[in-house]
Amino acid sequence: MSPTRRLLSYFARHRRALILGFLCVVGSASFSLLKPLIVGNAVNELTKAITRQALLRYSLMLVGASAVEGLFLYLQRWIIIGTSRHIEFEMRNDFFAHLERLPVQYYQEQRTGDLMSRATNDLASVRMLIGPAVMHSASSLLVVVGAFVMMLRIEHSMALVSLISIPVVAGLVKFFGEKIHVRFKAVQDYFGDISARVQENLAGVRVVRAFGQEANEIATFKRMNHQYVERNRSLIRLTATFYPMLHGIIGVMFGIIFFMGSRRMIAGTMSIGSFVAFQFYLGRMIWPLIALGWVINLFQRGMASMVRLDEVWRIQPGVDHLAAPADAGLTAPGTAHIDVRDLTFTYGTHRVLRNVSLSIDHGETLGIVGRTGSGKSTLLSLITRTFEPPPQTIFIDGRAVETIPLHQLREWIGMVSQETFLFSESIAENIRFGRGNAEQEEVRNAAEEAGLSGDVSAFSQGLETVIGERGITLSGGQKQRTAIARALIRNPRILILDDSLSAVDTATEERILRALREIRKGRTVLIVSHRVSSVKDADQIVVLENGRIVERGTHDSLLADDGYYADLYRRQTIEEELSEIA
Amino acid sequence: MSEIIERHEEEGAKAFDKRLARRLLTYLRPYGARATFSVLLVIFSALLEIAGPAIIAVGVDLYVKPLSGANTVGISRTVGDWLAAHGWSFQPLTGIDVAAAIYFLTLFADFAILYTQMVLMNLMGQYIMYDLRKQIFQHLQRLDVQFFDRNPVGRLMTRVTTDVDALNDLFTAGFVAIFGDIFVLAGIIVVLFWMNWRLALVLFSITPFILLISMWFRRGARSTYRKVRARIAAINAFLQEHISGMATVQLFNQEEREAAKFDHLNARHRDANIESIFYYAVFYPVIELIQTVGIALIVWYGGGQVLRNTLSVGALIAFFQYAQRFYEPISDLSEKYNILQAAMAASERIFKLLDTPVGIRDQGLLTAEHFESLEFRDVWFAYNDEEWVLKDVSFRVGRGERIALVGHTGAGKTTVTALLLRFYEPQRGEILINGVDIRRYTMASLRALYAIVQQDFFLFTGTVAQNISLADPEIAGEAVREAAERVQASRFIQRLPQGYDDPVRERGAGFSVGEKQLLSFARALAFNPPVLILDEATSSIDTETERLIQEAIATLMEGRTSLVIAHRLSTIRSADMILVFHHGEIRERGTHDQLMQIDGLYRKLYEVQYREAVGA
Repeated sequence: MSPTRRLLSYFARHRRALILGFLCVVGSASFSLLKPLIVGNAVNELTKAITRQALLRYSLMLVGASAVEGLFLYLQRWIIIGTSRHIEFEMRNDFFAHLERLPVQYYQEQRTGDLMSRATNDLASVRMLIGPAVMHSASSLLVVVGAFVMMLRIEHSMALVSLISIPVVAGLVKFFGEKIHVRFKAVQDYFGDISARVQENLAGVRVVRAFGQEANEIATFKRMNHQYVERNRSLIRLTATFYPMLHGIIGVMFGIIFFMGSRRMIAGTMSIGSFVAFQFYLGRMIWPLIALGWVINLFQRGMASMVRLDEVWRIQPGVDHLAAPADAGLTAPGTAHIDVRDLTFTYGTHRVLRNVSLSIDHGETLGIVGRTGSGKSTLLSLITRTFEPPPQTIFIDGRAVETIPLHQLREWIGMVSQETFLFSESIAENIRFGRGNAEQEEVRNAAEEAGLSGDVSAFSQGLETVIGERGITLSGGQKQRTAIARALIRNPRILILDDSLSAVDTATEERILRALREIRKGRTVLIVSHRVSSVKDADQIVVLENGRIVERGTHDSLLADDGYYADLYRRQTIEEELSEIA
Repeated sequence: MSEIIERHEEEGAKAFDKRLARRLLTYLRPYGARATFSVLLVIFSALLEIAGPAIIAVGVDLYVKPLSGANTVGISRTVGDWLAAHGWSFQPLTGIDVAAAIYFLTLFADFAILYTQMVLMNLMGQYIMYDLRKQIFQHLQRLDVQFFDRNPVGRLMTRVTTDVDALNDLFTAGFVAIFGDIFVLAGIIVVLFWMNWRLALVLFSITPFILLISMWFRRGARSTYRKVRARIAAINAFLQEHISGMATVQLFNQEEREAAKFDHLNARHRDANIESIFYYAVFYPVIELIQTVGIALIVWYGGGQVLRNTLSVGALIAFFQYAQRFYEPISDLSEKYNILQAAMAASERIFKLLDTPVGIRDQGLLTAEHFESLEFRDVWFAYNDEEWVLKDVSFRVGRGERIALVGHTGAGKTTVTALLLRFYEPQRGEILINGVDIRRYTMASLRALYAIVQQDFFLFTGTVAQNISLADPEIAGEAVREAAERVQASRFIQRLPQGYDDPVRERGAGFSVGEKQLLSFARALAFNPPVLILDEATSSIDTETERLIQEAIATLMEGRTSLVIAHRLSTIRSADMILVFHHGEIRERGTHDQLMQIDGLYRKLYEVQYREAVGA
């Protein structure tokens, strides 16, 4: 779908409201054009015999016309601008829903700031196109044409002279409007650079101080600020030319009409009333003319933004094309048998996993240890299909994972990732992220099992305490335990803990592990850890190095092998002793 | 979440404050002449603006529809009398030419004046902002590290950016424009009363309604605007979080639920906007209606006067024109109050920052020119209250010696280096350089003694070369290259597309940990000071880079006194003395061999942290 087609499809949904809005525009324009006629007639009659009653009648007609015009103005804004807000709302929802369907890989290549700016700034310019641009272009065109027709009826040559103002004013607004917009953005961008610079200076305060760079930094700041003033100077010149010039041109138009009109009045070919009416029509035309120039820019910017939005919309969401239909006997028992068969995975040009084979039986626990970068997390993300594994390498209950519908697969999994990602909501809400319909009681239990209850009871609002920027900051360990509770509440067939106890102290770890012993029953569990204590109870432990399994066995058998695992164990035993020395 | 953000955004502003206003005026003082001139120009421009319709009125009265009867009063009569007294009389057509010529002249003059005034005023605003920002930034450079521990960067940023901007509005749009509005308004009142005071009174009877509707509108529009802003902020926060955490959303199958939350926030934003449409949809038609009522009054009452010959046709036309013009300044004036309020709130925050006292003062007079020795004498230190991070620490380092600090995380090693740099000051005891308390040296000369390599290598945006020299003009390009070569950073730098001029992105994204480390070594070497303070990184790196780093550290320590928070066996082994920190105290000290003999803390630490792992 082209950007224009997509935009029109939104218009089509609100066809009725937009037509109604357009009718209101016609109404307001007509009554707006009626008023100069009334004033002109009244003034004309002043030169003839007229009663005060007639004057009162004209006055009331004027107010009446204005009231009707006002009603239409109100409705037109309410309907058209309101519709633009509804369309903006729908577009933003659709955009977000689309984002949710895009694969994780897409987000690794995109900058968050860029996507944000499309969802906010670009959408705002599209909204300006849908609302103000449409409303003002419709009403301006009607009023300008209508006023011109009325002026023609009064006086031909004066009307034709007034016609010149259309290209002059609209052209001026378009020209300066765009220039000012561009210049303004340039100034703002530069200001962004200054802000970034200050931000860094403040964040890196220790480096700046340690190397004695304060004076140097002040000099740079001054120089940038000076640049900023200079860039503003050209913007100021533009605006200082534009507004007085617009003002002046409007004045010139009135001057010319006065000059021409007075000559005709002196010659007796034009009545004073017609002159007054003519002046009013000219006045009526000015704002629409300004609006027209402005509207052209709005259309251009809006379409450019629509194209940028469309670029994201065009990206195909990952499709589960190999997945079997949902009803193909996938409602298996409560646990899962995971088979990894000769898995080799390459990311970019880097071979992350080599010939990995594993078999984890129903209800078994697998422990994985190894250095940073040995491929542990990658292995987990292939099982969860965060990244697509090569076909026919990973099986759950004998079924290749790529044939299991993604939604179904993830329903089975409760994952605690290495980098804990929580949302700025209450702790309870974060736990409920695991299962939306969980009861309060279940949330409490999950928190209990994850060893979080003690911490939570110390917070003023307990589980309802909001975390993140606007709330309290959780420690690394508290975050991890919240994430564990979030995974546990899913009651998953497969529980995956990716180094998720690294930030909790040993006593808490011990407590969580004890709780897990109970939970592990009847579940298939995968635990990645740097600590021996987390994996030593596992039914099976593997050591990964450079993507390969180099050791495999149980705690006891691995100790007997005296390899990496045994060394790790020794170090950690001494470490424990060390921490006990007061 | 959204509600909390909204509450935060909706915090109101404080009212006018005389003390703040007086202090604000001091920033205007350097530009006094410019400001005065601007005010004069604004007044003059206001006069010209009012003159337009009056000229047309006089033209119509004198030449198009000459005054009839002696009872006509107003400008036209005054001008007519004045012309007659000076013996000037024009044919109607010539008279119109003259009137039109004068009218055009006023237009051009007004254009020139407005242009000059706008340029003057806006530039002044820019200059004042420049001064203010400079002052704030300079103060920030003097404040001690502890201040930055307590104040988040984001909040400080707001002072330099948003708050200063609010003052710009005051100095450019607020201050002078008030004079402009008042003079235009006063001028119109004078002219209309002069033309016909009865009709003027009738016309001005609509003023209160304009004022009321304007105030209603501003208040409503402002509060809905705040609501809209807070709600869009909530949308942005949500988006930011969910785009970064999309993997989590998908992993937990929460797409639908999160979409519903987003729908909710989005709908709240839409509704706030629709609410604001209401104010606009009412305001514009009502203003239009009030203006039309003004015109209707002129038709009805003024028309009657024309019939009775107490009002000239020209004056009637002028009334029509002024009636359309005087609502604008009234409506503007009500907005100025808001600008003032915002500026007061912003200036209060700015001044509070500027008045924050500098905790650690640079009051030393001595210059530390060379290095002989460094000594900690019975130093006690706590970040807050009595939670001692260092307890009675004493040690001495002579010139050319190598000291290694070892111990668990949180044992107090990093604090030792921070105290050396005078980032903080010890509560008890003293730190001596060449036998003199460091407080007696100038801060610059003290810090110039050390090259520091911190654990989180802070890289700035800029080029690679600028990151090595920190853009210090005294460090030449040659020195940068030499430093990079000596720590063998030049190899990967040369592989970059633009070599030393290759851009470094925010926080050094794109560089590996090892590369960042080498860069910060080059930085330390480029500054070439007598003492090296090194906080070795713990992160595991591949063997090739590890070799490079070990060689670079050896180069760095060559011919220098060094104080290293060590994590590498090679570094520790080469130390003349190892200080073993535990819970803020020095528990053991000696060389590697000596300490290994004791079989104490160090030996255990060695087993855990320093001994090469099997197979590595």
